[in-house]
Amino acid sequence: MKFRRKYLSIPYVLFLVCFVVIPVLFIVYYAFTNKGGQLSIDNLIRFFSDKTNVDVLLISFAYAIINTFICLLIGYPLAMVLANRKYNKSSVLVMLFIMPMWINFIIRTSATRDVLNWIGISTGAHSELTTIIGLVYNYLPFVVLPLYTTMLKMDRSQIEASLDLGANPFHTFFKTIIPMTMPGIVSAATMVFMPTLSSYVISDILSEYNVVLFGSYIDLYFNQADWNFGSFMALIMLLLIGLSVFITRKFSKDDRGGRSIW
Amino acid sequence: MAKKDVILELINVNKKYEDSYAVENFNLYVNKGEFITFLGPSGCGKTTTLRMIAGFEKPTSGQILLNGKDIGSLPPYKRPLNTVFQRYALFPHLDVYDNIAFGLKFKKVAYEVTKKDGTKVTKYRKFTREEVDAKVTKALKIVDLEAFESRDVSTLSGGQQQRVAIARAIVNEPEILLLDEPLGALDLKMRKEMQLELKEMHRKLGITFIYVTHDQEEALTMSDMIVVMEDGQIQQIGTPLDIYNEPKNAFVADFIGESNIYVGTMIGNKKVRFLGTTWECIDDFPVNQKVDVVVRPEDVIIKPLGEGAVKAKIVNKIFKGIHYQFTAMVGNNEVLIQTTADHEVNTEVSLSIEPDLIQIMNRAYDANIYQDAYINKNNKVVFAGATWDCDITQLVNGSSVDEKGYFSTPDGKKYDLTDLDVIATIDMKDIEISDDLEDGNITGQIIQMVWKGDHYQVIVRTEEEEDFVVDTEWTWNELDTVSVKIPESKIKLTLKEDISKYEI
Ligand SMILES: Nc1ncnc2c1ncn2[C@@H]1O[C@H](COP(=O)(O)OP(=O)(O)OP(=O)(O)O)[C@@H](O)[C@H]1O
Ligand SMILES: [Mg+2]
Repeated sequence: MKFRRKYLSIPYVLFLVCFVVIPVLFIVYYAFTNKGGQLSIDNLIRFFSDKTNVDVLLISFAYAIINTFICLLIGYPLAMVLANRKYNKSSVLVMLFIMPMWINFIIRTSATRDVLNWIGISTGAHSELTTIIGLVYNYLPFVVLPLYTTMLKMDRSQIEASLDLGANPFHTFFKTIIPMTMPGIVSAATMVFMPTLSSYVISDILSEYNVVLFGSYIDLYFNQADWNFGSFMALIMLLLIGLSVFITRKFSKDDRGGRSIW
Repeated sequence: MAKKDVILELINVNKKYEDSYAVENFNLYVNKGEFITFLGPSGCGKTTTLRMIAGFEKPTSGQILLNGKDIGSLPPYKRPLNTVFQRYALFPHLDVYDNIAFGLKFKKVAYEVTKKDGTKVTKYRKFTREEVDAKVTKALKIVDLEAFESRDVSTLSGGQQQRVAIARAIVNEPEILLLDEPLGALDLKMRKEMQLELKEMHRKLGITFIYVTHDQEEALTMSDMIVVMEDGQIQQIGTPLDIYNEPKNAFVADFIGESNIYVGTMIGNKKVRFLGTTWECIDDFPVNQKVDVVVRPEDVIIKPLGEGAVKAKIVNKIFKGIHYQFTAMVGNNEVLIQTTADHEVNTEVSLSIEPDLIQIMNRAYDANIYQDAYINKNNKVVFAGATWDCDITQLVNGSSVDEKGYFSTPDGKKYDLTDLDVIATIDMKDIEISDDLEDGNITGQIIQMVWKGDHYQVIVRTEEEEDFVVDTEWTWNELDTVSVKIPESKIKLTLKEDISKYEI
């Protein structure tokens, strides 16, 4: 038998089947069965009949959107400065912003909590604020990196062309720089938005369980051995994430014809 | 060139980066409607000059006047000029139409309203959609891209992108269109076509074009006026014909078209000596002065042996389509000749040149440069008929000379540099002259002495007609015989050929 290049993909396909396809099938199976193992739509009815469930979902969305927005607001100008050789002569500064990612996530978040409490922003009293701070702090590098790489690739001459054609710096920023870095913005946003939806460690630690995000809600049911309802909610999140990917795809038409990784 | 209807004027413009000048003492005026070209080798400051006009760079000193007004502090978006960039710089997120319409969105048009009390006030408004549409359509038509308006720019060929870039600029009806090597990325055929089209566009639009290129042929065919630059300085400004026929110095002659350039000596009234013979010429220079002599290859006439002025041997022949190009040797000098008549290689012929086709120009001295220097077996340098101590380790960074006299480089290779060709450069202030004839390496006669404000510039000529130009504080007498000495550390050597041939 001749060796064909596609055989190289066998380990990967096996991995996918074991750790992606089968678990997803399990989720679907549990979601549509009841405790006794019979096929049912009890979970669906239960989810939408209790307002708390939907609220948690909406709150999670709100946190994800706010987090993404703040990360972009801080990360975009930051990436611009980092990508500008005039201000950033070496990549040391970039390193500085990436380094927190090397520290264990739990330790980092606990440390954030202690620092916040120490400077007087109590995690108990200002749970919403501290959660947002924690989320932004954790996800900022994921915004800066893709934006930084897009901006490095960006040709200065297009900015000059824009100025040359009569667009003042303000117009140049909104009509040229932002649209040209759109692929970077979209991948940065997806890198923040989706993980925030399912994150729960940060909100748990930084809000002393006052802020419950969808991720911790799912975790709660799994811990209580209610696998069926947990699975159903996991499925909902899967669908929502799929939907948001689909929507961002529409916006992130890469100008070079290639598709972004999302 | 005549100052008629001046639209742009650059006065003493300098641009300094760190400690070197990219543009130095640039003085130029451009008449309305002219097609003016900045021509020069890579790195001579063409782009920098253009960018200062466009507003992307601020001059270190000097003024830029547009219609008589200083625009030095105006940002690029407030200047009524548009640029066609070297690599087009189209907006990838916009299609062809929107790329071209980009500038129009920011334009304000003035219009007058009569108020109730009868006074008139000027107000500003943006172009309407219909106006934009009409302008874009017209621009698309000019660049011949009517069918492409909704195409993505990334799907266009290089030539088409170039046209979009031009359309995007001219649609704004700038007072001056700046073009930085706009055809550099196109293949030869496309380039020729676009040259004609650009010229045609210039004629039709009546806009002033400032064009940058390093291609002399392009400059000669397209321009009304050419500015030849080197090292940030203007070498010559003139019409293509002027520049070709009357180059101001050897650099211009060499850069524009092919030329034979020799160092000659004036030996009498309108008599110049080069190629080992005396030639009649029509330029008047002081007797004894060293000059640059330029002869165009097409101006050298091949005659049967004995009928011309100097004997030569044809050593090479290339057919160039409509003419032949011969290389002939006169002694050690090469002569390039272009003619339609055929001759055989290795025949001996005689060459002649009409007096009015021998162009003589001042030789600019800024340093003593000896192009035909070489290293002898004792690691000394030979030039100007003498042998000099020198430091050969300056040829390659980090190199050294071992006890056997071999040259070794940091990568561990060893070389025997005997006969290596180098260029020796000595600053005029670093040459010492003395009336003790035993003191220096060679003797010569002072043939000229000029007072330069705070010192004398002296020319010492050896018996072999080699010159040393020396800055000195002391007074000498013309025709004094002196000896010449150069400190070892002051002889700058640069490689003239590939050193790898000398590896052992
Ligand atoms: N931003 C800068 N910083 C430092 N030096 C610069 C800068 N821009 C240009 N230079 C230097 O100025 C000189 C002139 O550059 P310029 O780009 O004007 O050359 P050019 O004539 O356009 O050459 P080319 O034909 O290669 O485009 C060069 O020696 C270049 O290295
Ligand atoms: Mg250039």
